[in-house]
Amino acid sequence: MIQAINEAMRQEMERDERVIVLGEDVGKNGGVFRATDGLLEQFGDCRVFDTPLAESGIIGTSIGLAVNGFRPIAEIQFLGFVYQAMDQLAAQAARLRFRSAGRFTCPIVVRSPYGGGVRTPELHSDALEALFAHSPGLKIVMPSNAFDAKGLLITAIRDEDPVLFLEPMKLYRALRMEVPNEPYEIPLGKARIVKEGEDVTIISWGATVPLVAKLAEEMTTQGIDAEVIDLRSLQPLDIDAIVRSVEKTGRVMIVHEAVKTNGFGAEIAALISERALFSLSAPIVRVTGYDTPYPVPSVEDEWLPNAARIVEGVQTLMRY
Amino acid sequence: MESQFPIIQIMNEQGCIVRSEYREQITKELVMTMYRHLIRTRMFDRKCISLQRQGRIGTYVPYEGQEACQVGSALALRDGDWMFPTYRDHGAMMTFGRSLTQTLLYWKGRTEGCIPPEGRKIVPPSVPIATQIPHAAGTAYAEKRKGTKNAVIVYFGDGATSEGDFHEGLNFASVFNVPVVFFNQNNQYAISVPITRQMKSKTIAQKAMAYDIPGIRIDGNDIFVVYFETQQALERARNGRGPTLIEAVTWRYGAHTTSDDPSKYRDQEESKRRRETADPIKRMERFMQQEGWWDEKWANQVQEEASVEIEQAVAEMERYPKANPADMFDYVFAQPTWTIAEQKNAYFQWKRGIEG
Ligand SMILES: Cc1ncc(C[n+]2csc(CCOP(=O)(O)OP(=O)(O)O)c2C)c(N)n1
Ligand SMILES: [Mg+2]
Repeated sequence: MIQAINEAMRQEMERDERVIVLGEDVGKNGGVFRATDGLLEQFGDCRVFDTPLAESGIIGTSIGLAVNGFRPIAEIQFLGFVYQAMDQLAAQAARLRFRSAGRFTCPIVVRSPYGGGVRTPELHSDALEALFAHSPGLKIVMPSNAFDAKGLLITAIRDEDPVLFLEPMKLYRALRMEVPNEPYEIPLGKARIVKEGEDVTIISWGATVPLVAKLAEEMTTQGIDAEVIDLRSLQPLDIDAIVRSVEKTGRVMIVHEAVKTNGFGAEIAALISERALFSLSAPIVRVTGYDTPYPVPSVEDEWLPNAARIVEGVQTLMRY
Repeated sequence: MESQFPIIQIMNEQGCIVRSEYREQITKELVMTMYRHLIRTRMFDRKCISLQRQGRIGTYVPYEGQEACQVGSALALRDGDWMFPTYRDHGAMMTFGRSLTQTLLYWKGRTEGCIPPEGRKIVPPSVPIATQIPHAAGTAYAEKRKGTKNAVIVYFGDGATSEGDFHEGLNFASVFNVPVVFFNQNNQYAISVPITRQMKSKTIAQKAMAYDIPGIRIDGNDIFVVYFETQQALERARNGRGPTLIEAVTWRYGAHTTSDDPSKYRDQEESKRRRETADPIKRMERFMQQEGWWDEKWANQVQEEASVEIEQAVAEMERYPKANPADMFDYVFAQPTWTIAEQKNAYFQWKRGIEG
């Protein structure tokens, strides 16, 4: 996935000279995960530059650049450090179009690795998408594989509004996959049906999708035919894909890494109850992180929505 | 501005005392204590790197090269003082009383590694950069309000001075005139970003001027200057004379963390050169030799003792029972809210179900 992300940025920078890359360690170091590897060499330090260590400054400056004609791709080194930039992102970038009655816009992309399972120190693994889904004016994209990552990132860079692009750290070097060389767009707000099925709908995004997809395949041997939906973006949200599937299966499970209470799963459950309640034959099940801070590495596998909890959740649903 | 903030030394690279007024205070006993801590601190760091390579602990943050900063400043503290460290300051933490075992448990990703040592006010290391700086200002304010003679030391790197929290912390401390020492380890890099890209100012000490507090720039590889300047700053703090910013200029020899590859962004020849010319431990040894205090047998014994202590700590860490998942539910609130209580319950019920 990391290569696909690198390639998307490279191709967009070749296409549009307004696109620039900034953040901590994105220059010479090529990013701590090598997402920006080679970009400095190719585009020079006017277009790819290390900033001082200040997330609020990174986002705030990106807003200023965007207002004045550039298309910044800003990196927040780990999503846990977006807290430092909360005002600039949630209250400034998100609202600029609104508070200038559309006269100023903020076409920035904020890329950030997120998610657990890689034994990081504190605040390096948190899934914080719900904070931003609650901040009107931000688009939120969370790819689950290399092909989607490239297409979605290109669309995000071309988008006229601020996009938060969250990259599952665990998947950076997982799952080799053919990715077309040429640039392509994947529209925001269009879910991907990973697997079609009749019995139960499993909705997920980002880091948890590969696990859910694998389990759904395995369940077929036990006679459970699950449909798996990868939302790909939360804002905008493909509500049609969700409703269509729920009307077919009548059973819903939502899997996300973020904590349960007020996680984005809660919003999906509410939407389903508004739009497809009478199609449901069982209560909606959520398999998520617990309502606690992301724990230390020695117990993180217990905290994450793991295979055993997902399988059990599906079995519970199938009892109805 | 650089000329206004020259790097102060007490002992130069050759191990000679360049400020004679400190002669008397540099006793053999003090020197031996310092040396013992320096050796223990360095050997521990090297052990951790090898443990990480063997997969016996997780990602590790080395500090080799910065030992004089950490040992010297921590030795200047009194028992009742507070310490606010970062992820790179376990050298200081261990000098001030955190056990080696606890330090290892931290890097092994165990909750037990986050527990402050009994009777010591050492706050868990801050991972998000600069966040501990305003905390230190607040804790110092509390000591002032309580009318104690306790002071606070807070550690942070050169990169941290770019964060808003650094400036807010210094400003609050200055406005409230509270007993805190802002101890900066300027190792001249924030991961890959050299200080010349981090700031246009040539020194960090000069930033103190904006807050009208003393700013002092010292050779961070000279343990004497670190010790005495920190002690004096702490004394000022205790006596109601407010905060001080100390910039200790140093260098990390190795990688930022065990996941980092420094050859990607800097020439490691520089580290080699600095090992030869500016190493904090070699310098101390030169001093002891010139003083006639150097005793090969004693030095070997110091190493031997440190090695035994470290091996014992490693063994103790590895004897720990499997991590308890209850840890992740238990310390969110004093009284768990129903959601957490219910989730904990469900977790253990489910666990028993799949295990038996
Ligand atoms: C708020 C925040 N942003 C980014 C990071 C990632 N990060 C960890 S260490 C580091 C560099 C810190 O440099 P410096 O302050 O000089 O301390 P040093 O690591 O050199 O001791 C960065 C960017 C972080 N931990 N916290
Ligand atoms: Mg540094």
